[in-house]
Amino acid sequence: MISQEPLLQVKNLTKLYAPEKGCEAIDFELYPGEVLGIVGESGSGKSTLLNCLSGRLIPTAGEICYRNRDNQWLNLYALSEFERRRLLRTEWGMVHQHARDGLRMGVSAGANIGERLMAVGERHYGDIRARGLQWMQDVELDIHRIDDKPTTYSGGMQQRLQIARNLVTHPRLVFMDEPTGGLDVSVQARLLDLLRNLVTHLDLAVVIVTHDLAVARLLAERLVVMRHGHIVESGLTDQVLDDPQQPYTQLLVSSVLTP
Amino acid sequence: MYVAVKGGEQAISQAHKLLAKRRRGDTAVTELSVEQINEQLPLAVDRVMTEGSIYDRELAALAIKQSAGDLVEAIFLLRAYRTTLSRLYTTDPIDTGKMQVERRISATFKDLPGGQVLGATFDYTHRLLDFKLLAEGPIETGQSASEQTSDNPADSDPLLMSRVLPMLEREALLVEEIDDGAPPADITQDAPSYPCDRSARLQSLVRGDEGFLLALGYSTQRGYGRNHPFAGEIRFGDVELCLTPDELGFTIEIGTLQVTECEMINGFSRLPEGEIKFTRGYGLAFGQSERKCMAMALVDRALQADSYDEERTSPAQQEEFVLSHCDNVEASGFVSHLKLPHYVDFQAELELLRRLQNKKSVVSTSQEKPA
Amino acid sequence: MNAATIRDGYNFAYLDEQTKRMIRRALLKAIAIPGYQVPFGGREMPMPYGWGTGGIQLTAAVIGQDDVLKVIDQGADDTTNAVSIRTFFKDLTGVKTTEKTREATLIQTRHRIPEVPLQADQILIYQVPIPEPLRFIEPSEVETRKMHALEDYGVMHVKLYEDIARYGSIATTYAYPVRVNGRYIMDPSPIPKFDNPKMDRIPALQLFGAGREKRIYAVPPYTEVLSLDFLDHPFEIQRWDETCAICGSDHSFLDEVIMDDQGTRSYICSDTDYCSQRVQQEAVA
Repeated sequence: MISQEPLLQVKNLTKLYAPEKGCEAIDFELYPGEVLGIVGESGSGKSTLLNCLSGRLIPTAGEICYRNRDNQWLNLYALSEFERRRLLRTEWGMVHQHARDGLRMGVSAGANIGERLMAVGERHYGDIRARGLQWMQDVELDIHRIDDKPTTYSGGMQQRLQIARNLVTHPRLVFMDEPTGGLDVSVQARLLDLLRNLVTHLDLAVVIVTHDLAVARLLAERLVVMRHGHIVESGLTDQVLDDPQQPYTQLLVSSVLTP
Repeated sequence: MYVAVKGGEQAISQAHKLLAKRRRGDTAVTELSVEQINEQLPLAVDRVMTEGSIYDRELAALAIKQSAGDLVEAIFLLRAYRTTLSRLYTTDPIDTGKMQVERRISATFKDLPGGQVLGATFDYTHRLLDFKLLAEGPIETGQSASEQTSDNPADSDPLLMSRVLPMLEREALLVEEIDDGAPPADITQDAPSYPCDRSARLQSLVRGDEGFLLALGYSTQRGYGRNHPFAGEIRFGDVELCLTPDELGFTIEIGTLQVTECEMINGFSRLPEGEIKFTRGYGLAFGQSERKCMAMALVDRALQADSYDEERTSPAQQEEFVLSHCDNVEASGFVSHLKLPHYVDFQAELELLRRLQNKKSVVSTSQEKPA
Repeated sequence: MNAATIRDGYNFAYLDEQTKRMIRRALLKAIAIPGYQVPFGGREMPMPYGWGTGGIQLTAAVIGQDDVLKVIDQGADDTTNAVSIRTFFKDLTGVKTTEKTREATLIQTRHRIPEVPLQADQILIYQVPIPEPLRFIEPSEVETRKMHALEDYGVMHVKLYEDIARYGSIATTYAYPVRVNGRYIMDPSPIPKFDNPKMDRIPALQLFGAGREKRIYAVPPYTEVLSLDFLDHPFEIQRWDETCAICGSDHSFLDEVIMDDQGTRSYICSDTDYCSQRVQQEAVA
């Protein structure tokens, strides 16, 4: 399943606000179709890292290279903002913790899903709508609510809509920031199930930031554990969670009640 | 040695004397009469009556004289006087459809029954200072001008004209204003509670500061709560004021009022019943107060956001924000109260800050010592 | 024209020559980048903001003694604001004015494009209230400038999509957004969408002035101007079942006038010159 050449290469990535605040000297690779979890406590630098990775925060040092559909390596921050924004709405996706940050709350669900299509030049209303309906079905939303605004949706439904809005252009790489945070446990479980199916089905590469080790275990194949802005441990998810090597990871794992 | 100021009473009385002197100006210049203000600053009088909530040109002119031309102060004077008046009766609602029209324009139809009647207006004047007014002397006066597109000959008599918006209502193109028969709120008798009903909202807006409403109305035009306005009709003229006392059982006319009314036609919306219609905003003010009326109509429409499933994201759409800050008597009072002594509170803050700073310098010196 | 015809104490066309040069420099930039909004140091004018101060400043900056000026508002030469602006320029330049579209070298307009096709030696000057076509989707100037720079225009179609989802068809009838020269999205000013096709690849120069917002933009001659739409919901212009009650035209933009209190309606050409030319031709024939 995992091909030989990586999709994303992160080299010596640094963005510090103060010593140990932010992230420093981060290196890792992500392969096509792979789900990487970034875990750590709040303040560990995982959100800063995600913001740098997803093109929304310029790092102070290091580089992020991405191999695009045409097999060309692009240095993210050497691209013009024009090219970077284009990448963000075509080959990449971003699922925010708060749906409000990722959706246009003032326009219908259908328009939310269709926006990326229209942004890349899709000009057939009927097609855009048909794909909106298809995606609503794929994320298990009631298709009769395609003309309703997200404000009338529940928290779980808003997250599904946000996912549909991102996946409609068939991105290859999706960033997720605590996608199940703030949802009820039962809603969380269904959403995770959906995400897992979509990821496998679409062969998506995902970088998911979470403080919830259960979410990480369920979705991520590989884990990166962060503390004070540094990666303290990384490896296959089961390995890291079942046999943590570093004292900090051991502490982190033991603090979670095992089911 | 410095002795803290006492003699407040004397200081106040001296200040009042100085104010009176300032207001009178150079005594070699003829004193301005209340009648002159009424006749020659009619638009100032209109604003003071509207926001002061009393229709009395003489009292409003007096307030302007007494306030040395500070209109917010004049409005305050009128409101303070209003408090002392007893309420004898409630008049019948005025009927602006029966207005004796002196000016009526519609920006939505090139021509309509009665035509466009410009009346007295600054519109279409070129804003070039007219130095002729520096010299005293008679000036030319004209008759009320009706636009050349009108079928009516130019004519200085007030006219009766049907209102524009009901024509659209009849074709079901415009949401209707329906009187549900409920007694209107009285914001001068009851404290506001939000969300408030339309009558309370409109009352607040009528009394609201012209400048504040103007800025809010303008912000909707620039995209902060846009509502696609068209000035459907603006009319100014005399309306009858009637009273139906219970003990008499019939209606008597007690006088006439000059009012300006603005009915704004706003962008259409799909109503809960499924129909698509234009929406509307309403403005009314005493005298000729067009800017106020138009701003009021824009804000009235912006405040209807909830009725049309619009996102309330902009200041002009926030009912509580708009209504609780639009009254300039309240606003001016609270801002100006900062001039009152706050010695005690300030002293308390001062003492705390000094203590915090001292503590910090103690800490930092103690840290520096080992080095 | 001689100086005596100009109002005492004022420069030709009101503005001083420095200001006119500043505006003309901004105009050159605007023409070089079709559809791009060029900021300029807009001046206070003796008319209120929103009444055409942008158009008036452009006219003042480009008008010369040999120009023939036509001013229309809502398509008509006789509407109050058109009369007022024409009088202003007559007073302050002494140039010849006309109501005939064909005779004019400069046409200042509010809300219409004349029905008669414009020629290569004519300049059409639009009065613009809100120059930013993205404004009602994104109120922040900082963000809209970035969207233009990055050609990030997806949201424009989101608006059209919403119209169709809600009303079954695109519900924008005036100030209908256009794409100029395949690059910038531009507000054509609040002309009815009926007039949009008249902007496309015409021989005349089109200038746009927004006084209050201090922006100038332009469409050079023969430049492509396309109205945004969807393939399956193509751009369409307004049509009337009625004809003009004066000249009988069945293809011009018609204004509705109300004849009586019962709301009886009649329709007349909004372009008064076009209407009267047709009536005259009829009389000759």
